[in-house]
Amino acid sequence: MTLHDESLLGLEQASVRFDGHAALDAVDLEVAEHEIVCVLGPSGSGKSTLLRVVAGLQGLDSGRVLLGGRDQRGVPAHKRGVGLMFQDHQLFPQRDVGGNVAFGLRMHGASKAEQAARVAELLELVGLPGAARRAVGLLSGGEQQRVALARALAPRPRLLMLDEPLGQLDRSLRERLVVELRELFGELGTTVLAVTHDQGEAFALADRVVVMRDGRIAQSGAPLDVWQRPADAFVARFLGFDNVVEATVSGEAADTVWGKVPVPAGTPSGPCELLVRPAGVRLVPAAEAQLTCTVAARTFRGTHVALHLKPADAPRLEAACALRDAPEPGSEVGVAFEAGEIVVLG
Amino acid sequence: MAVVGSEVRPRVRDLKGSAIRFGLMAVPVAFFALFFAYPVAAIVGRGLKTDGTWQFGRFGEVLTDPGIQHVLWFTTWQALASTALTLLIALPGAYVFARFDFPGKQVLRAVVTVPFVLPTVVAGSAFLALLGRGGLLDEAWGVRLDTTVWAILLAHVFFNYAVVVRTVGGLWSQLDPRQEEAARMLGASRFAAWRTVTLPALGPAVAAAALMVFLFTFSSFGVVLILGGPAFSTLEVEIYRQTAQLLALDTAAVLTMVQFVAVCGILAVHAWTVRRREATLRLVDPARTSRKPRGAGQWALLAGVLGTVALLIVLPLGVLVQRSFATAEGFGLGYFRALTSAEGGAFLVPPIDAVWNSLEYALVATAIAVVIGGLAAVALTRRAGRFVRGFDALLMLPLGVSAVTVGFGFLITLDKPPLDLRASWILVPLAQALVGVPFVVRTMLPVLRAVDGRLREAAAVLGASPWRVWREVDLPMVRRALLIAAGFAFAVSLGEFGATVFIARPDNPTLPVAVATLLGRAGELNYGQAMALSTLLMLVCAVSLLLLERIRTDRTGEF
Repeated sequence: MTLHDESLLGLEQASVRFDGHAALDAVDLEVAEHEIVCVLGPSGSGKSTLLRVVAGLQGLDSGRVLLGGRDQRGVPAHKRGVGLMFQDHQLFPQRDVGGNVAFGLRMHGASKAEQAARVAELLELVGLPGAARRAVGLLSGGEQQRVALARALAPRPRLLMLDEPLGQLDRSLRERLVVELRELFGELGTTVLAVTHDQGEAFALADRVVVMRDGRIAQSGAPLDVWQRPADAFVARFLGFDNVVEATVSGEAADTVWGKVPVPAGTPSGPCELLVRPAGVRLVPAAEAQLTCTVAARTFRGTHVALHLKPADAPRLEAACALRDAPEPGSEVGVAFEAGEIVVLG
Repeated sequence: MAVVGSEVRPRVRDLKGSAIRFGLMAVPVAFFALFFAYPVAAIVGRGLKTDGTWQFGRFGEVLTDPGIQHVLWFTTWQALASTALTLLIALPGAYVFARFDFPGKQVLRAVVTVPFVLPTVVAGSAFLALLGRGGLLDEAWGVRLDTTVWAILLAHVFFNYAVVVRTVGGLWSQLDPRQEEAARMLGASRFAAWRTVTLPALGPAVAAAALMVFLFTFSSFGVVLILGGPAFSTLEVEIYRQTAQLLALDTAAVLTMVQFVAVCGILAVHAWTVRRREATLRLVDPARTSRKPRGAGQWALLAGVLGTVALLIVLPLGVLVQRSFATAEGFGLGYFRALTSAEGGAFLVPPIDAVWNSLEYALVATAIAVVIGGLAAVALTRRAGRFVRGFDALLMLPLGVSAVTVGFGFLITLDKPPLDLRASWILVPLAQALVGVPFVVRTMLPVLRAVDGRLREAAAVLGASPWRVWREVDLPMVRRALLIAAGFAFAVSLGEFGATVFIARPDNPTLPVAVATLLGRAGELNYGQAMALSTLLMLVCAVSLLLLERIRTDRTGEF
């Protein structure tokens, strides 16, 4: 495999084993200059190991890591010119905010005046102007996250890596910060490799999403593509789709435990797995219904309501409907499936 | 001055808090007043008071004496040099023990602690056999160091290696390695990351260890007595000489006071540095921080540390063991057999009985030290004013004040009502516990202070009373520290000599006292028996310490 000229980071067949278990299994990955790539996966899928390998904190058992086209074998962590924001920030408790942000600059031999100017600039950038003399122990979670970001950005790393960047923050703060981060990285032109287990975070932040499972890449692509066409049942379930079902395709429909489900034209016949998006589960009058269910629960999602439907003798399925149409829990509803919202999984 | 909201508490809570603090401190304060301050004051009073008037003029006379000035100067600089050398040699060891996994680590950790509990006279003899006339170095290369200060410095490193490895290494193994990784990602080399991140975090522990080493070497007695010859003499040796040889109790009292003031000064400096460095550290499970060494550099470091331990600690101990088997009729168990009979006449009982006496005394002393020191450490964790910090320093005093003075003080004060303990066996463990308490406090305090306060709050909110909070949150996290502290207390109790020698009864000698008595008698058999008994003492220590290491690793599995 050859790398593009413009790719900043390249992993070739990168493998790491811990006690016989493969944390990374022949992973190929490229990150282009100015690109924001999010690695998504459940815990234990190897995504943190991926970051540590690129950072030089973890050696490879086989394969290569290239930065700017150069093999990084034997290059120590502090000479790779990459930044890493740790999951729990790892701010230095003995130093104040300014001391934390200036740390990387000091290590790179910047003068006192340069340090002070850059610290002020970065604290301004992350929305904490004038916080340089504050103790890190007294910062809130969101403030710590901002200081950690400023600290990682200060030495101008060519690649910034984020390990669960917003993991410990509350939801509203997370949603606000992820937009801020996206805008900030866009303005600065930062190349970013982030790992997270939160698909919302990944899709809001990334130009490209990489889904990992058991040390391997399960799917890679633009957020919208991955969202619309999950490669397999694992990716679909990980993205939060629960309506995944075994099916046997014949012609334009498939047999499932939920009855006959239409499939997109040109689907090859035979057994496969289907994803039925909640939007493709329509509530219809009993006469048109392919399946009758009881409403088990409903969750308000702002723009729509997610319904948990319980068929008589089949697994539950999830449906989405408009707020005003939402039936009461316990009521009986008829269900029909819509071909446009059904995805055949690989 | 602004008042932080959380510190504004109802008056009742404040009163209750001070009551608890007072309660926690009452026992240690009473213990120290009765068994430390009172005997030492009595001895000093006896030396400086004649016909009911204080003779303060003696201070000027003693301190302007050129001989005494020389002693003061030597005491100070050799203590500084010994401390620096010990840190230099033992800090890499602390790192290796904290961060590397290697076969035999537990055994080795016990081995490096053995010197610490050896009676100083025995260690002095071991180094003499190594570095002195007819010693190993002399035989091999014709090199003798016993007339130089190097013998003293090396022996001090031999003694205090474990202090640094245990105090610093204990905390080091619990520091989150990702702090260093964060620094590395910001462009710091391995060494720069250590210097800027780990070293400041270790600061309090390094300061505590350096302070201990300085105190021990400042008041060094047996080692200097044997290896120093007439040229080198420390304050403690001089006090002994003035008391036991010249019978100049007044000069000895002045010197005791000088040593006392110096120790107070050192402790004040220590309290100041510790206060400046206090920071809440993020502690993690030590099992997660150690791994097999990787790369040539790490293996070389491990090899270097193992080599240092072999040369500096195993070799002198080896010489000791070799001499206990080297009888006139060749290698054999002759000296050990002689220990089981009382016929030698050195004691009323077979010398071997000293093993059981020592174990019993040391166990009781450990229990006392852990209770007293534990209460004190818990009281000190609750932040409070100057009074409490002064108490912190007070607890350290027994380490610096001459053991000879304390033992002598016990004899002249605790022999009459209301407290007549002269005939009681408890006198020995009491004296030994006095030296053990500072170790317990010093080991427990950094870890107790590093416990995240939010955990305590979380437990309190879940309905735990203050006692339950301590039991459920603090205790599991400090259990390691507590066991290390108990190990230290047990070890110093086993090896305590200066005070015990005055109060142990002839029919119940402890191991170090028995060794010293045998060494003091002429004849090859006595010398051989002393070596054999030292070997036994060494074994007892090693086995106890090994058991402690075992308990420690088993327990960590619970959490």
